[in-house]
Amino acid sequence: MGNNLTNLTIAEARDGLTGGDFSAVELAEVHNKAVADARDLNAFVTETPDVALSAAKASDARRAAGDVRGPMDGVPVAIKDLFCTEGIQSTAGSHILEGFVPEYESTVSQNLKDAGAVMVGKSNMDEFAMGSATVSSYYGNTINPWKAATGENAGKDLVPGGSSGGSASAVAARLCLGATGTDTGGSIRQPASFTGIVGMKPTYGRCSRWGIVAFASSLDQAGPMTRTVRDAAIMLGAMAGHDLRDSTSAPVETPDFESSLGQGVKGLRVGIPKEYTADGMPQEITDLWAKGAEWLKAAGAEIIDVSLPHTKYALPTYYIVAPAEASANLARYDGVRFGLRVDGESLDDMYMNTRGEGFGEEVQRRVLIGTYVLSAGYYDAYYVKAQKVRTRIAGDFNAAFEDVDVMLAPTAPSPAFAIGEKMDDPVAMYLNDVFTVPASLAGLPAMSVPAGLSADGLPLGLQLIARPFDELTLFRAGEALEQAAGFDLPIFSGGED
Amino acid sequence: MSYIIQGDTGDWEVVIGLEVHAQIVSNSKLFSGASTEFGGESNDHVSLVDAAMPGMLPVLNEHCVEQAVRTGLGLKAHINLYSVFERKNYFYADLPQGYQISQFAHPIVGAGTVILDMPDGSTRPIGIERLHMEQDAGKSMHDQDPKRSFIDLNRSGVALMEIVSDPDMRSPEEAGIYVRKLRSIVRYLGTCDGNMEQGSMRADVNVSVRKVGETDLRTRCEIKNVNSVRFVMQAIEVEAQRQVEIWESGGEVHQETRLFDPAKSETRAMRSKEFAHDYRYFPDPDLLPVKLSAEYVDAIAATLPELPDEKKNRFMTDYSLSAYDAGVLVVDQDTAAYFEDVVRSPEKGKTRDAKLAANWVISNLFGALNALGKSVTDSPVSSQQLGQLLDLMADDTISGRIAKDVFEIMIETSRDPADIVEEKGLTQITDTGAIEAAVDDVIANSPEQVQEFKDGNERIAGWFVGQVMKATQGKANPGMVNQLLKEKLKS
Amino acid sequence: MALDQDTVRRIAFLARIRVEDERLDQIAGELDGILHWVEQLSEVDTDGVEPMTSVTEVIPALRSDVVNDGNCRDRVLANAPDPVDGFYTVPKVVE
Ligand SMILES: [Mg+2]
Ligand SMILES: [Zn+2]
Repeated sequence: MGNNLTNLTIAEARDGLTGGDFSAVELAEVHNKAVADARDLNAFVTETPDVALSAAKASDARRAAGDVRGPMDGVPVAIKDLFCTEGIQSTAGSHILEGFVPEYESTVSQNLKDAGAVMVGKSNMDEFAMGSATVSSYYGNTINPWKAATGENAGKDLVPGGSSGGSASAVAARLCLGATGTDTGGSIRQPASFTGIVGMKPTYGRCSRWGIVAFASSLDQAGPMTRTVRDAAIMLGAMAGHDLRDSTSAPVETPDFESSLGQGVKGLRVGIPKEYTADGMPQEITDLWAKGAEWLKAAGAEIIDVSLPHTKYALPTYYIVAPAEASANLARYDGVRFGLRVDGESLDDMYMNTRGEGFGEEVQRRVLIGTYVLSAGYYDAYYVKAQKVRTRIAGDFNAAFEDVDVMLAPTAPSPAFAIGEKMDDPVAMYLNDVFTVPASLAGLPAMSVPAGLSADGLPLGLQLIARPFDELTLFRAGEALEQAAGFDLPIFSGGED
Repeated sequence: MSYIIQGDTGDWEVVIGLEVHAQIVSNSKLFSGASTEFGGESNDHVSLVDAAMPGMLPVLNEHCVEQAVRTGLGLKAHINLYSVFERKNYFYADLPQGYQISQFAHPIVGAGTVILDMPDGSTRPIGIERLHMEQDAGKSMHDQDPKRSFIDLNRSGVALMEIVSDPDMRSPEEAGIYVRKLRSIVRYLGTCDGNMEQGSMRADVNVSVRKVGETDLRTRCEIKNVNSVRFVMQAIEVEAQRQVEIWESGGEVHQETRLFDPAKSETRAMRSKEFAHDYRYFPDPDLLPVKLSAEYVDAIAATLPELPDEKKNRFMTDYSLSAYDAGVLVVDQDTAAYFEDVVRSPEKGKTRDAKLAANWVISNLFGALNALGKSVTDSPVSSQQLGQLLDLMADDTISGRIAKDVFEIMIETSRDPADIVEEKGLTQITDTGAIEAAVDDVIANSPEQVQEFKDGNERIAGWFVGQVMKATQGKANPGMVNQLLKEKLKS
Repeated sequence: MALDQDTVRRIAFLARIRVEDERLDQIAGELDGILHWVEQLSEVDTDGVEPMTSVTEVIPALRSDVVNDGNCRDRVLANAPDPVDGFYTVPKVVE
């Protein structure tokens, strides 16, 4: 039954564990093996098979004693290496944190632990979550389990998107049933689209940021990456919750997200934001978007054209705000209290050597941009201006949500591309996030649902965006889209050549 | 009393503004639950937040907000209901986050006033520009190891109030009085212990000079982290002198931060750590803006104690004290309370002589406490005991002269004055017969002096008083002695 | 505006990132490209618009003034590269 267990959804695993069809230890063992067999994907920075086994044993013991902690109890998951995990190296994909073993556990991973989830490893990612292809990790790039059947990239190794590319590949390749991601400008949704899975970014403040290595504090948000919408709802339920240790964590109840499923979308008003197009976007994505609208309409939703006029300014706004915050957030990596230290003659020498060697090119680029836009004489022209435009962008959404309950848009302007592409021109790489960044800037919940295949046979996602703290509507619409699309995630050969 | 520096080219005045960093009295740090206790083993009062570990987040201490508002109210300042924490970015070994969380564009407290009590009894208002909250840094130690500096983060994250004055002061003396007044106010409020030796209060001193009559300000220098009132005054003196010399020799003063070296009594530029300073302030996205309600502020205002200025006015009105005496008594809340205790008689509706009480507290008690190195709260003589001593004088049990002797014994033994008077038999002689006998005795035994007096040397009357007091071991009522001598000598 | 080498050097020092001279030109070019691209924001009319400080409207819970953390020197020093006697260390600073 080995491989069958890796094909389960979280909901199925819950039912199987409840019914005694298999144990958490069996589930952990097959996933540990799957992780080990799929090393070619480089989806993990650190594998934690022993942690998984002992957590699974504990889960089985609880279950035998009649003390089940909920639907995640005994479920194998991957934790993005941006989450600090107590006693387990946490690198953020960076050389500067190589060997860093936190003395603490992030709130979200602790919540999952408390819910009985079984961690199989720390998944690979773009360094400090800065990237859209998981090619900037110090620990090597992650490979997408998908291959193009035709076209110029046929057979080539493809990127899984990023920054949560390790989590995306791991879930798509069935190395775990779900994974945590973090999304600052699209880092959950875009890799989900590239790998044919569901990626959900909750409302800013829904999940605690405590213990997550910070990239851009006003944007960072943790969320689930799973193979179904239902699984995303289940997993988010275990991750979310108010946390007094994070001042931006929202003091709101965590609803039973799964309960929103099975309701259909009859009468739901779905907005189609006309500005969600990009230069050179393939026609197949435009077509898929139209198809998505038709599916929802057929399911009883009302389709309404809306306008978000400042959409085109979201990406440049993001590339001021996020680097500015990052330039300060990354100042603590200075070789004094943890992480890499490269000695120098003076204190400043030590700082510069450590940060020069410890940070990769993209991180350096963003820290420099962020430093520049905050520096004397430029602050108003760049940073303050961007924060004003951000107010405008949020205002666009507010206005549009007067008329609609949820919005439908593409997740990314392209399917997965080959490793090595878009590497020379930073701005070309940044354009990957053109459709995901606006919801991030406005702090809105958004989700990518796999909806179809490109002409070359690569997955494409559609994105849903809802009002703040209205994840229930997001899941509800997501389920309708999922059912209509009938997307099938293939079973990959396990990464062997 | 203006402070003028006479230069070769004319008279100069000095313009001074102060940024005082005052540690907020709180149990835990501004953004973490670690202790603020002074001292302790290195890095013991440090949480993962204070050490800026990856993913750690600040959470604001509500008591520190309240303390800042309380201080603002005590400075008669505008309280801003909306304030924002920002990041002040710079790299330093004892700044773990790589930025200091501070307030910049939107401080919690705006403009206010501090009234200086000048020695001549006049007052002088000094403008407060703002007060903001910020984190303290850790501590670097440079002399433990030949190649390394050691870093202790115990102070990292301790809450500070930075109180910024307008450039309103014109002499070292005013600056000294300002710091003392500020210290007095925050101590009254209980928002800062004002302990400069432990670094709970320290000043950045901005100094510039200009020709008398000029209205524009010239370039200023900031002398960082001066940690005593005396040093504040000395630093201003030498820095002003330095600047005058530069201008007069045709040079130009450059804006820079300097350090005061008390040993050499000079200021010198800080090493080029200042190179390319650019703090890149921006709102801290980990912390939401602080929004207060008017009701919240009013509730704090309702709990403010009577502050030095009000107390001083009340002492002047209620007790008819001079501005100087009242000013001295209210500097410290405990002293003021002690004084009022002395004035308050245990007999209902009666008060003691306030002017006399003030004199005894200011000259006798302060003198004795100073010599013992004690404060009024651990005075060996309680306020009740001092009050009892005043009563013994008031009902003529002892004379003022005897009272001084009794007080000395009280300071040494903490005993009640009545016991001492009784035991030593110091009760004043008010029996006319006894005094008369002594007076007669002296007159009878001093024919030469009597003759001198009769020859017109009136001053010798004092000698007779002394002799009578001597004969009575000082216990004779001096008024009665005077009276009788006057009568008898003239007869 | 084109970024010059001196500006990149100054920014890199502010950020304490060692940038070798031979990389200055390339980085200047990249940063210049990004800055040029973001400058399109000047097209947006933001008169009277407040800059965003946070997307959330929530009033954060503040902390009560209790000591419930710290006293964990071993934990704060556990990952330090060169601790001595309970201190972090850095190359000697001369003031
Ligand atoms: Mg200062
Ligand atoms: Zn300050």
